[in-house]
Amino acid sequence: MNAIKNFIEEAGWPRILIAAFLVLLFVAAPFVNVRLDASLSDTLVRFGMNGVMVLAMVPMIQSGCGLNFGLPLGIIAGLLGAVTSVELGVQGFAGVCTAMGIALPIAIIFGWGYGLLLNKVKGDEMMIATYVGFSSVAIMCIMWLVLPYSSPNMVWGYAGQGLRTTISVEEFWQNAIGGIGSFNIGEFFYFPTGMFVFFFLCCGLMALFMRTRTGTAMTTVGSNPEYARASGVNIDHMRTLSVIISTVLGALGIIIYQQSFGFIQLYMGPFYMAFPAVAAILIGGASVKKASIVNVIVGTILFQGILTMTPSVINSMIQTDMSEVIRIIVSNGMILYALTRVTKVK
Amino acid sequence: MNKSDGISQFFIRNAVPLVFLVVSAVAIPISQFSPSYLIQELLIRLSRNAFLVLSLLIPIMAGMGLNFGMVLGAMAGQIGLIFVCDWNIVGVQGLLLAAIISTPLAILFGFLCGIVLNKAQGREMVTSYILGFFMNGVYQLVVLYGFGSLVPIVSAKLLLSRGYGIRNVTNLDGMRRSLDELIPLNIAGIEIPVATFLLIGIFCLFVLWFRKTKLGQDMRATGQDMVVARSAGIRVMRTRIISIVISTVLACYGQIVFLQNVGTMNTYNSHEQAGVFAIAALLVGGATVSRASILNVFTGIILFHLVFIVSPMAGKYLLGDAQIGEYFRVFISYGIIALALVLHAWRRMNDKERARAQFRGAEGGAA
Repeated sequence: MNAIKNFIEEAGWPRILIAAFLVLLFVAAPFVNVRLDASLSDTLVRFGMNGVMVLAMVPMIQSGCGLNFGLPLGIIAGLLGAVTSVELGVQGFAGVCTAMGIALPIAIIFGWGYGLLLNKVKGDEMMIATYVGFSSVAIMCIMWLVLPYSSPNMVWGYAGQGLRTTISVEEFWQNAIGGIGSFNIGEFFYFPTGMFVFFFLCCGLMALFMRTRTGTAMTTVGSNPEYARASGVNIDHMRTLSVIISTVLGALGIIIYQQSFGFIQLYMGPFYMAFPAVAAILIGGASVKKASIVNVIVGTILFQGILTMTPSVINSMIQTDMSEVIRIIVSNGMILYALTRVTKVK
Repeated sequence: MNKSDGISQFFIRNAVPLVFLVVSAVAIPISQFSPSYLIQELLIRLSRNAFLVLSLLIPIMAGMGLNFGMVLGAMAGQIGLIFVCDWNIVGVQGLLLAAIISTPLAILFGFLCGIVLNKAQGREMVTSYILGFFMNGVYQLVVLYGFGSLVPIVSAKLLLSRGYGIRNVTNLDGMRRSLDELIPLNIAGIEIPVATFLLIGIFCLFVLWFRKTKLGQDMRATGQDMVVARSAGIRVMRTRIISIVISTVLACYGQIVFLQNVGTMNTYNSHEQAGVFAIAALLVGGATVSRASILNVFTGIILFHLVFIVSPMAGKYLLGDAQIGEYFRVFISYGIIALALVLHAWRRMNDKERARAQFRGAEGGAA
């Protein structure tokens, strides 16, 4: 009995409810003629697509900068890389690498500036991050129209300039990473091995990094800034570094997302992309101040699982699409829960 | 503090309105709008938005920052309007009834919002912001699935073709501009919505009066320092909840006034826009997260909407593309909030540093 109590306390009610809901959806699926293997495969693909962006939350939470609602900034860096690589016409694996290679320095620069800004506003990071994300998306809307891209695959046909709202990467590098070593079991089950390898590689590197001297210092800055200062850690430096890593992961994450999705979404596309990532890591058990790799993995599976299963199962059950509403309530409810939760000191 | 320091302080304090003044001074001639058109547009927008923006003042007074949760009030107002539309009650009576129906809802929402925000002290803004999103989901659940199935809706015109759920656009033809045209006044071809302005005037007086009441003073004390307020015997948590309830109820009336002027309601979007634009306008007027006056409200609305009106046309003449001006508008509304929040947080940090330096200086002097 005590063990159960402990487990509930550790995991928290919302998480258990969400997990139970997901299990229920999977159990109900066969009864409403939803193929289990296809749904499982969809969940795995979505997991691979979104995992890196969720991972991007970890460094900033650990360094005490809170939830990175400014993820769109990293996403924009990734978009710039992706669009440039399509402009250059590089195909296949090399294309994705080009996109990442171009996105990386841009993300580092963006993250550096963003980090400096966040150092000036300690205590108010989350609200400001949200609006930094929003305004950077808005200014990039103007940039997408103005920047001198000219590949006929990307610009508006009649005007000859200005990028389209969605750009297909099918001819360039769709599934260039996800397709590596991927396999099918039966007709419906598809496993994107490459994406998983990439994601777990990122996770492994992050876990290793967190154990290094710098990583430990970063965690210290987050959990006890005064102590960190007393031990000679440069707080601002660590925070900036964490923001840069987060932004870079955001950039890489969106490229992974696009190569699987097959489209680059510009303009208002990245606007709300931070929220699913934030919700996922919180569902995984992270708090505003503490997050681990396990939180990332569990959270992404749970959240993406619900996103995949609700449309198909609920639709077949009651003939209406309530998935959007459920998504809004679950993701924002989770963020709300994390923000209002009083952490008990034991 | 010497003189040059004073001037730079003035510029820092009023950076946001000054930037807007410059932008609109440049953009107005480029946009080629006639002055009478601009004045007419500004009057309309002033009457439309003033109420919504004013509703933000009281939580700022109570030290809770910008109440992004005002969208909850807007939702309550919209629910009231949906019912009135359904019962086919037109004119000012309809608006009044909508206000009466939505008041208890708004009080309930405000109460919930207050409780949630009390649990998230120190990050009220981001929490109220997410709460807005969350309640948007609940609102959609109720209005899109509950209305017409659980909640009886008579008029088939309001419902989606599947038999339940309200349509994306609700037409408010019966109530359209009924308040604005209650007392018609026309000066040199410019229509002035006298009744709306009267209402806004009364409301301004209410805010001024409210500040002087016991409750208003309690709120200001709470806003200054919660610990001190509590030890002075003020029930801090209760005061904070009341401030949010008042704000939510006022936002609800504000949304009704806003929508009667617009004449159509985007059932699932109108409330979201209300929050962003009201907050941006207030900040443009030079308000900060911790201090806002009625003057800020009106300068803010005028400056913000001036840029809003002229930027698409200015963008078109300047860059040959109206779309750029359109995006510029979006950028401004979000950018200005970001800028104001950054300036505020930065200033607060500087003040803290300065206070510490002074403290040290005094100690050093004694030694």
